[in-house]
Amino acid sequence: MLKDVTIGQFYPTGSVIHKLDPRTKILFTTAYIVMLFCINNLWGYLATFLVLVIVTLISKIPVGYIIRGIKGLVLIILLTVTLNLFMTPGNVVAALGPFNITLEGLKTATFMALRLIFLIVGTSIMTLTTSPLDLTDGMEWCMRFIPFVRRYAHELSMMMSIALRFIPTLMEETDRIMKAQKARGANFETGNIISRAKNLIPILIPLFISAFRRADELATAMEARCYRGGQNRTRMKQLVFENRDRVSFVLMFMMIGGLILTTMIKIPLIFPI
Amino acid sequence: MTMEQKVKMIEVRDVQFVYPGNNDTESVDALSGVNFHIDKGEFVGIIGHNGSGKSTLSKLLNAIIFPTKGDVIVNGLNTKDHEHLWDIRQTAGMVFQNPDNQLVATIVEDDVAFGPENLGVPSLEIRERVDRALATVEMQAYAHQKPHQLSGGQKQRVAIAGILAMEPECIIFDEPTAMLDPSGRREVMETIKKLNRDKNMTVIHITHYMSEIINADRIIVLDQGKIVMEGSPESIFKNVCALKKIGLDVPQMTELAYELRNEGMDIRDNILSIDEMVDALCR
Repeated sequence: MLKDVTIGQFYPTGSVIHKLDPRTKILFTTAYIVMLFCINNLWGYLATFLVLVIVTLISKIPVGYIIRGIKGLVLIILLTVTLNLFMTPGNVVAALGPFNITLEGLKTATFMALRLIFLIVGTSIMTLTTSPLDLTDGMEWCMRFIPFVRRYAHELSMMMSIALRFIPTLMEETDRIMKAQKARGANFETGNIISRAKNLIPILIPLFISAFRRADELATAMEARCYRGGQNRTRMKQLVFENRDRVSFVLMFMMIGGLILTTMIKIPLIFPI
Repeated sequence: MTMEQKVKMIEVRDVQFVYPGNNDTESVDALSGVNFHIDKGEFVGIIGHNGSGKSTLSKLLNAIIFPTKGDVIVNGLNTKDHEHLWDIRQTAGMVFQNPDNQLVATIVEDDVAFGPENLGVPSLEIRERVDRALATVEMQAYAHQKPHQLSGGQKQRVAIAGILAMEPECIIFDEPTAMLDPSGRREVMETIKKLNRDKNMTVIHITHYMSEIINADRIIVLDQGKIVMEGSPESIFKNVCALKKIGLDVPQMTELAYELRNEGMDIRDNILSIDEMVDALCR
């Protein structure tokens, strides 16, 4: 199930959305998430759905790939829906033994499900269209505007990019350690969950020791290359807002405006309340 | 060559370095009474057995650690002077043993840019320096690759480019070939020699492999924290017995000449390369 989660993966297609400045995408996604919690009727969800469809089409990412991202989280969605369906008090429309389904419950459950799905799809479009490195750069810039976090913006993004750098290295190492332990007769395939978890210890301990050694050596190498935190540091690649980013901002405000307008629609859609 | 005055790049004056012990362990003298200097443009090899103090010495030269006693002067600046710490680290760049553990960024060119970014160099100039450094180590074609997709020798060349982009005057190589396969070793050695020859870069090369330093200007031999020999490769390697006693090898051809002499053959004792051997034998 873990490999189904598409959030955090990068899917390059070379579309306009891929080329956008990461900051634009982060801001757009933030605005989108905030709006997702502001809309209060199905018209709003319909409009959000429209935004998603348009963005997906422009991004050229296969719809199936995005839907696979939802599949990974289907359990959480089902749990939320079930809880909301049965636990909301109000006008009973159907009874299932000791459980009552209310009209209000039906409405909140639908809203919650849609909200979760739209949240996952929206954020995964951002990560699918932005390389992790760009995302880190964009986040560093955005963090500068958040009080308290601001002071650590550079350090946090440096940590993230080093983590990204070392994921493949450590994966390779895990593979090597696993093979080495297998050659010594370790068994990772059979047994129940507990014994399998126990069998992971001979992998984890050498992996941790080596990770710490790597961290120590990397820190020395960084110091030798004059690393001294974020002050007075310049960047080779600077983020620049292009025209396409300006257009995106206009579209973003149009989306916000449009979604606010939907909250004022008094005509009910499907649900009579 | 013109009458160029020799300028001292690095001066090590009576340096002692002690790794402080705690309750369980005693303090260890990693280096004691070490004196030497390195001129601008020189290629100096430092050899020694494990635990001879080679790595400690290299870290002292780059102001990563500081001498317990004595002084290390880099380009006229004392490493004890914390004001000049960053100038010293920029002047004397350092390439480490493990190529994986010194690359910081996820993309080759970003990694090369890391040093100049730390120094606060303007963006456009960083771009130029990165391109130049990658060209020097012949890695331009890999500028947009990810480090983990490169071979060991290529990673090490990227690490060298990362130092070059800081425009140092001297590079300290701390066993840069120890973890590489023979072809990677050759690539890296060629790059190092090229830097010394074409860019007149001062090179301090710390190594286990004797064959890498037969062309050095000077060799310093360390044993148990002390300098035991110092001189030209020829004068060092002919002491086959003494070197073997401190756990060091000599170049293959030097050893062959040594054995031949022991068998009573009349042959020079300062042969370093195969060519010289062929010459000596065919005479």
